[in-house]
Amino acid sequence: MLCDVCKKNEATVHLTQIVENKMQTIDLCEGCSKAKGVDDPTGFSLASLLVGLGVSQEESTASATTPATEPSEELRCGTCGFTAADFKKAGRLGCPDCYQTFAEQLEGLLKTMHKGTKHTGKIPGSHPARDVAEQVRELQTLLEQAVQTEDFERAAVLRDEIKKLKAQPNPVRTA
Amino acid sequence: MTLDSFLASPSDAAKRSGPNDRIVLSSRVRLARNLRGFPFPGWAKKGDRLKSLEIIREAVSGLPQMENAFAEAMDNLNPLDKQILVERHLISREHAAKTVGSGLVISKDESLCVMINEEDHLRMQALRPGLQIRQLWQVMDEFDSALEKKLDLAFNSKLGYLTACPTNVGTGIRVSAMLHLPGLVLAEQVNQIIQAVNKLGFAVRGLYGEGTEALGNVFQVSNQMTLGEGEIEIVERLSKVVAQLIEHEENARQKQIEKSPKTVLNHIGRAYGILANAHSISSKETMNLLSLMRLGIDLGLFPGTDRNLMDELFLITQPAHLQKNYTEKLSAEERDLLRADMLRDRLLKVSRPIPRFPGAEGTTLDKPASP
Repeated sequence: MLCDVCKKNEATVHLTQIVENKMQTIDLCEGCSKAKGVDDPTGFSLASLLVGLGVSQEESTASATTPATEPSEELRCGTCGFTAADFKKAGRLGCPDCYQTFAEQLEGLLKTMHKGTKHTGKIPGSHPARDVAEQVRELQTLLEQAVQTEDFERAAVLRDEIKKLKAQPNPVRTA
Repeated sequence: MTLDSFLASPSDAAKRSGPNDRIVLSSRVRLARNLRGFPFPGWAKKGDRLKSLEIIREAVSGLPQMENAFAEAMDNLNPLDKQILVERHLISREHAAKTVGSGLVISKDESLCVMINEEDHLRMQALRPGLQIRQLWQVMDEFDSALEKKLDLAFNSKLGYLTACPTNVGTGIRVSAMLHLPGLVLAEQVNQIIQAVNKLGFAVRGLYGEGTEALGNVFQVSNQMTLGEGEIEIVERLSKVVAQLIEHEENARQKQIEKSPKTVLNHIGRAYGILANAHSISSKETMNLLSLMRLGIDLGLFPGTDRNLMDELFLITQPAHLQKNYTEKLSAEERDLLRADMLRDRLLKVSRPIPRFPGAEGTTLDKPASP
């Protein structure tokens, strides 16, 4: 196998990297791997190496994170200046507020990536949403007890209360 | 303090043990967190990165879990130190490439490690040998709860913890187990198993996440989804999958011994032969052969030899750990020679494998493949 860079020497360094679930491989000879700094085990991006070699950018950056819906390229985050085009290129967002800026583009993406689109896990102790979540949890325990004791009247009341709490707009803390 | 004097020696590191560590090499729980009001590290300017690094480093170092920890900025570590940390699974390859504005904090016992300004402001992980996923989640949960009192974390009630990459948003949790599965590889069942595990929403990767071909028959199983499922649910589901994988691996080993004892003995005997006698050997070949010898130890073919020795050799034959013993920079060819010298030396005291499995009588031949 010949080196991908000089195409002259036998390749002795074989690299494989997974980026966004896509496998990239490159084969280099000892000399070229040194020239590219690959033998220096500091970690490096194979993508940048490949791009430099003229391998289509499409192949090295295409990934599951490409938004399903075509984003408007002009959309820009008011907090950090990140644009939809930046997201398309990097597959990463600019700052926490980007989630609000690009909410529309992210919606479909999150749906395909995850089990759901609503967080059901841990909530920081200081967050107001924790109170609602805890209330719901408490009421659910009471509801289960009511059903077990066949107190259906009480169960109905509890069920409605839970529904009401869940329907409340979630308090989002602003900085 | 230098990194070298902080880290446990490879032989001490290899002596750490945990439940089911015959097959589960290690478990890990990682949480991704970010500060409100700061751009994510990949988009932040140097000034912002230095500022967030300072804030986080102070908060993390002040936690009781981080007493006598190793805390350093990435630009103060040399490339070799960084690669040693990657080989110890303490930091990611991505983090090893970071310089100014990134840092790390490692607890005294090396079971907790916080990467600062990797892809997210905070990547904190708890790591232990053997199958300890549930315990690790408790450790991480406690650590995170203590830290959130000191830091203003980016969180919203609909999407949970906000992360640089949408693949981590929500719980920001990545739960994983590193498994040694030589039995399933020999039985040619491993691809089937990987597909089944994938269907459950879990990813299967190699030793360092590279390629589908797992070096040394080591596979890493981890959750992929972080939104719409709670931490406990994820931890429980992964624990169950790992428990099943352990069972499959044990069954595969048993079946291989019964069906093709000669093939298994041949693989293990040849692995020992090469490792104990080679004069030049690559890191990749070393890992694959050490895996077979480790299997031989598990199956009782090397009485008196401890599994720890294999784990230690697995670590010290990797490029950075090998280079550490020499002041001049080694080329790949030179490393292969020195690696072989080291293996011959360390395996001098290990006798060749016994010719049959304990309990098996006489020479047993492989059963012919059923038509």
